[in-house]
Amino acid sequence: MSEQAYDQASENPSSHDHNDQKTLTEKNTADYWQANLRLLAKLLVVWFAVSFGCGILLVDWLDQFTFFGFKLGFWFAQQGAIYVFVALIFIYAWRIQIIERQFGVDDDTEEGSV
Amino acid sequence: MSTQLLTYLFVGASFALYIGIAIWSRAGSTKDFYVAGGGVHPVVNGMATAADWMSAASFISMAGIISFMGRDGSVYLLGWTGGYVLLALLMAPYLRKFGRFTVPDFIGERYYSKTARIVAVICLIFVSFTYVAGQMRGVGIVFSRFLEVEVETGVIIGMAVVFMYAVLGGMKGITYTQVAQYCVLIFAYMVPAVFISIMITGNPIPQLGFGSEVADGSGLSVLEKLDGVLTDLGFGTYTQGSKSTIDVFAITAALMFGTAGLPHVLVRFFTVPKVSDARKSAGYALAFIAILYTTAPAVASFARLNLVDTVHNTSYEQAPQWFSNWESTGLVGWQDKNDDGLMQYSAGADNEVTIDRDIMVLANPEIANLPGWVIALVAAGGVAAALSTAAGLLLVISSSVSHDLLKQTLMPAITEKQELLFARIAAAVAVCIAGLFGIYPPAFVAQVVAFAFGLAAASLFPAIVLGIFSKRVNKEGAITGMLLGLVFTFSYIVYFKFVSPELNSAEHWWLGISPEGIGFIGMLLNIGAAFGVSHFTAPPPAEVRDLIDDIRIPSGAAVAHSH
Repeated sequence: MSEQAYDQASENPSSHDHNDQKTLTEKNTADYWQANLRLLAKLLVVWFAVSFGCGILLVDWLDQFTFFGFKLGFWFAQQGAIYVFVALIFIYAWRIQIIERQFGVDDDTEEGSV
Repeated sequence: MSTQLLTYLFVGASFALYIGIAIWSRAGSTKDFYVAGGGVHPVVNGMATAADWMSAASFISMAGIISFMGRDGSVYLLGWTGGYVLLALLMAPYLRKFGRFTVPDFIGERYYSKTARIVAVICLIFVSFTYVAGQMRGVGIVFSRFLEVEVETGVIIGMAVVFMYAVLGGMKGITYTQVAQYCVLIFAYMVPAVFISIMITGNPIPQLGFGSEVADGSGLSVLEKLDGVLTDLGFGTYTQGSKSTIDVFAITAALMFGTAGLPHVLVRFFTVPKVSDARKSAGYALAFIAILYTTAPAVASFARLNLVDTVHNTSYEQAPQWFSNWESTGLVGWQDKNDDGLMQYSAGADNEVTIDRDIMVLANPEIANLPGWVIALVAAGGVAAALSTAAGLLLVISSSVSHDLLKQTLMPAITEKQELLFARIAAAVAVCIAGLFGIYPPAFVAQVVAFAFGLAAASLFPAIVLGIFSKRVNKEGAITGMLLGLVFTFSYIVYFKFVSPELNSAEHWWLGISPEGIGFIGMLLNIGAAFGVSHFTAPPPAEVRDLIDDIRIPSGAAVAHSH
């Protein structure tokens, strides 16, 4: 890895050539990985909270509240958690793409959907 | 036209469609056969994944199970959908970047070991065969009820159709037939659900009708009314659970991690063009699945309420038409214990009505008095759900035999053409074995299908996730972990289900965890052993650490895949 390549990548992160080995320095791939892990941790906390939290551990307590005609805990267990799961996957796909572009490791220019 | 004739027409037309698609999209190379050429659009792949994933159990049995379990049934809803979040966040993008053909391929390369590859093949074959046997049986049941042919004939017809498109078309044929099967099955599921929701609550959207008031002027919501009538009859309250919290937690976790470790679902993410497509594809897959999974609990509550309303304390002569239709199959029964000519339904010893939970979805159109074409549609949907899953499973079995066992281990000298031929032979053999399981089901099949998840959670899931997120876990750790997880989970299940079934109750279970949920503990043991053993043995070689660095970076998958 050359110091110069990293400097170029960090000065002007959006203009580099994709898949150019020079932009994939150890520094920005390691930073990308850390950013990815932070994002994953946040999303998995939500994943745990809606399913194991609201749907199982806190279900009886939440049942005292009513939501669109449902007991709230029951709603989380049989409806709500599933909607949140779908949202989490799309939020991840959206956020991680922004992070990838920032660190120059995206696959935007690759042969995509056919 | 009679319902019978319509059913033949619908099922026949759907079969013609699947075979037509298979001929149009047959595979020409091993890459076509294993991963559909690697060029499937993420939405298309999402739809195919949804059909692949939703089996006869999801389509036919799940709403019925929830209907009788109430809130405890949530373990299936949460477990079978929550696993997709793990799949999309922790596995699919990296496996796609890795860019080979099978799950054992990844484990073999990442843990630089033929032993690890073979252990993975064993786990995969074990998980997939237990699962596929249940699918062929599902096809047989649908055929015998709706087309009035023998279960055996039904299974053989199903085998012939799967044979046509899985053996000829490989992953490419399967992908496009699964898209058609998804459309058939979701339409078939939603039409009766919408009508039954209108009938009971006046709201056409089942997910909302589920929380609305019952349209009988009582002012009670569906769930309040259901809680009330069930407690009056001596059943538990529908919206409260009867399982212990720790058991619900463990079962949900085993199903979630198991879903994320199921090879026929994982392999679908090898088929999209690039890493970002793999992520989106998992999202589309879950969105398509969620349409059915959020409808199922609504159908469950409507069906249970309707069952009590129309059957309890009704005289047998005035029993609804569907009751007598299904009585002939033996799945519904009535025994007049107190000789009053009325059908009493309750939780106590005076109960006179037996209902098999598997009929709740299949009988729905009749319960809601829908026309014959809806009944025919449901039959076609049930067959589509079973066939699509069976085909996906057969494909991973055949590719792990031809690719991992033959090409990579036993016969490295074979050409691509020979490998493709072996893949087709393996698929053909697997179809026949699956068919035999369907015709002569070993008594334990129904019981073990749910355990396929526990085994997948305890064996494959940790090996894959640790392989991506840890650079320290080495081959010794991974192999020890997989074997420990598999053996522990398998022994616990066999002990309580087959060796000492009389002890299979909460007070004898370890930590109060049932055999259904023990895969979660197996998974924790696997992870613990993998880290522990790796700590005392040599770290993975530099090439493997480079491989891990490479799969963590999204760019370059399409490039790597095209040569």
